[in-house]
Amino acid sequence: MVSSMAIPRRMILALMALSVLMIGGRAEAKLYEPESIVLANGMQVVAITDHRAPVVTHMVWYRVGGADEAPGETGLAHFLEHLLFKGTEKVPSGQFSRTVSRNGGEGNAFTGYDYTAFFQTIASDKLPLMMEMEADRMVNLTLDPDEVAAERQVVLEERRSRIDNSPGALLAERTNAAFFLNYPYRHPLIGWAHEIEALTRENALAFYRKWYAPNNAVLVVAGDITMAELKPLAEKYYGIIPARAVPDRNRPLEPEQISARRVEFAHPQVGQVSWSRRYLAPSRFYGESSLVMPLNVLEEVIGGGATSRLYKSLVIEQKIALSAGASYSGDSIGPGSFSFYAVPAEGTTVADLEAAFEAELAAILRDGVDANEVARAVKSMKASAVYARDSVTAPAQAVGHALAIGRTIEDIESWPEQVAAVTRDQVVQAARAILGTPAHVTSILRPKPAS
Amino acid sequence: MRNIIGRAAVPFLVCAVLLLARPGMAEAIEIQRVVSPGGIEAWLVEDHKNPIITLSANFEGGAAADPDGKEGLATLTASVLDEGAGPYDSDAFRRKLEDLVIGLAFSAGRDSFGASLQTLTENVDTAFDLLRLSMTEPRFDTEPVERIRSQIVAGLKRSENRPQSIASRVWWQAAFPDHPYGRPSGGTVQSIGTITTADLKAFAERVLTRSGLKISVVGDITPERLGNLLDKTFGALPESGVSTPPVPAKPAAIGETFVVQNPVPQSVVIFGHRGIPRDDPDRFAAAILMEVMAGGFGSRLTEEIREKRGLTYGIYAYTLPLDEAQMVMGGVSTRNDKVAVTVGLVRAIWAEMALNGPTEEEVRDAKTYINGSFPMRLTSSMPIAGLLVSLQRNERPIDYLDHRVERIDSVTMADLKRVAKRLFLADELSFVVVGQPKGLTPTAPAPEPRS
Repeated sequence: MVSSMAIPRRMILALMALSVLMIGGRAEAKLYEPESIVLANGMQVVAITDHRAPVVTHMVWYRVGGADEAPGETGLAHFLEHLLFKGTEKVPSGQFSRTVSRNGGEGNAFTGYDYTAFFQTIASDKLPLMMEMEADRMVNLTLDPDEVAAERQVVLEERRSRIDNSPGALLAERTNAAFFLNYPYRHPLIGWAHEIEALTRENALAFYRKWYAPNNAVLVVAGDITMAELKPLAEKYYGIIPARAVPDRNRPLEPEQISARRVEFAHPQVGQVSWSRRYLAPSRFYGESSLVMPLNVLEEVIGGGATSRLYKSLVIEQKIALSAGASYSGDSIGPGSFSFYAVPAEGTTVADLEAAFEAELAAILRDGVDANEVARAVKSMKASAVYARDSVTAPAQAVGHALAIGRTIEDIESWPEQVAAVTRDQVVQAARAILGTPAHVTSILRPKPAS
Repeated sequence: MRNIIGRAAVPFLVCAVLLLARPGMAEAIEIQRVVSPGGIEAWLVEDHKNPIITLSANFEGGAAADPDGKEGLATLTASVLDEGAGPYDSDAFRRKLEDLVIGLAFSAGRDSFGASLQTLTENVDTAFDLLRLSMTEPRFDTEPVERIRSQIVAGLKRSENRPQSIASRVWWQAAFPDHPYGRPSGGTVQSIGTITTADLKAFAERVLTRSGLKISVVGDITPERLGNLLDKTFGALPESGVSTPPVPAKPAAIGETFVVQNPVPQSVVIFGHRGIPRDDPDRFAAAILMEVMAGGFGSRLTEEIREKRGLTYGIYAYTLPLDEAQMVMGGVSTRNDKVAVTVGLVRAIWAEMALNGPTEEEVRDAKTYINGSFPMRLTSSMPIAGLLVSLQRNERPIDYLDHRVERIDSVTMADLKRVAKRLFLADELSFVVVGQPKGLTPTAPAPEPRS
């Protein structure tokens, strides 16, 4: 395999797709065994115990993200995430990160469409200090206008690094805008450049006061900690922050998608043609959520590695593609997506590649998938869950993500049973429901000779 | 090293305790030296918490030893060793890995060649056997070799116009015009095309030997069982291959500024100069100084260039101790009209540190960070295995880590002031800029790609 990753793709999926966690162990013991309580102010508190090293990962997840921004304010959730490092009365600008590293820790933050999360990994005896500082900036942020202005430039540089300097990222951003007709996932998380430029200190503070509250947050601490140790600390630092009204996340819905779309982009920086197609799909909380687990298995069967159906057919047998695969993401509040990607072989046109893909897809929809292949995928997906336990941060990340979008501990923990219950018929039915519709966008990236 | 007790099957053990635990905290981890009945040595961290076993192995000889015109040989070999071996063709081999959720991968570095293996305990015998087969009986069948070759070529085409790839190629080529370090270690479209099956076989015979082999294992396995597996797995490798004599390398470009025009909105900058050897007694002082200079938030580069001025999303620097050349490298991205000021700032920050050294406070913080953050490297099996292999590669004693805190703590301000003058050579910094930088004058033409 060209990928030099030491961990097979299935394990990576198990680690990243968060839905793919839990269970395994010697005798189907629960894997993470997260313990959860709710403080009087409504803040959920979760402990995941793992004493391998005297280290904890401390995370606070807010149930707000890029998909909760008002029109014209794209990038605000992410901008605010940056500004949370810009200080309170007690911990002035720059001191948060400095205090973390001065105590031997590492920390950062990230923004998704459905959540914003802040975390530190640090020696377990420094946990109270982290909790004190994180609780402080939940409500006490003060923003200096000059610092806001400098950070806006940082975010614009981040946008240039991530998006504007990369034709592939530019195309992905535009494809995303075509893929969702109305759901706010159509907006770039980092924001459109002209809207980032217009974001103000007041926009950020208003968003902060609207969404940042203990009753809209989940605390996850993983590693060298027990719930008995965590609970009094959580009550001391976070429990004293009063709950306040937080709006419901009412998001616009997708209309019925009745026409397929295409987005093409040619750029001199592109050296290799690539093709992808993305179908609108249900997620845990959007559309027919009973299809979520069958779609996870379908991904494995038709696009999950060198022995999967698409790779075998398009790459190994027909030699029409250099690589091909599929991925499904359904762990979101809004719609999910089922994606295919392929790179045409030397001498093959994108049109030929696309026709070969369509033929393969038609065969899958017509004949279904092989029961043995489904059984094989289910078995190895279950086995791979054991690897998810070999980390302190990955379980915190997975559980935090799941809870932030509204899943329950029970749901997370029952993942192996959910996978094991998937049948061939369900997989075929899910494939037909999702991949036999015009609810898709095809995206092609091409080289363009420099003029 | 080769301590064998008679012909007993029980391997000889030497134990060393890592002093990671503080009273009342999580338990320490222990490194054991395991020598197999056949005399093969591995360092083991036994941990039965999860039913997972992780192995990392390192061979002498990497991409720098690729023959002229065959650049990319190490990379291509790494990618095809797991594409069929012994009785299994590519499909059968990968199917076995996927069904048993075994992670097996090879990787090519500049100076060394790595193997990694991760398996559930229940499949350990099969996993080690697949590793053995891939090292001793790789098939190099035409279909997978050609398939992987075209994937690598597509990857090279995909990245060849990226500003980051161009900057890296130009920097190394300018620094080492007559040394293998100046060549593209992953190969070129042309060189990859010239590699034959005979080249692949010759590479495997030359590199996959027991001479210089370093092995580490982490997880659910006893020393006795590991000892037997080591013999079965590595015992069949030849004692030594044809070694390539090392060629000392000295950077040729000193204090230069190269500009490669590229139509991107943000310039990508790479900079660097010679560093200090990995066995130099000043390496601990250097580690502290690099932390002060480039240890993320709170460090001088990030503070001055990102936080105060909003010039970039990310600036980094690190020491790169290659076998034949020790480097200090760094990079930054900024919009085209800010490149000149950013490059000037890097030089000025470099010069200031050389002149005055770090402050007492910076040193205190850096020492706490370096010592305190170390346990975070021990929260997942693969990083632990990697750490143990690099200790062996650098010929550190097995109890090396026991004294790491005192080595850092004993560095004095006088040491740091002296070493700062050795480590930060503002006049020697060479910059490569890819973009459309305004107001920056190149000192020499950038080298053209080799044909």
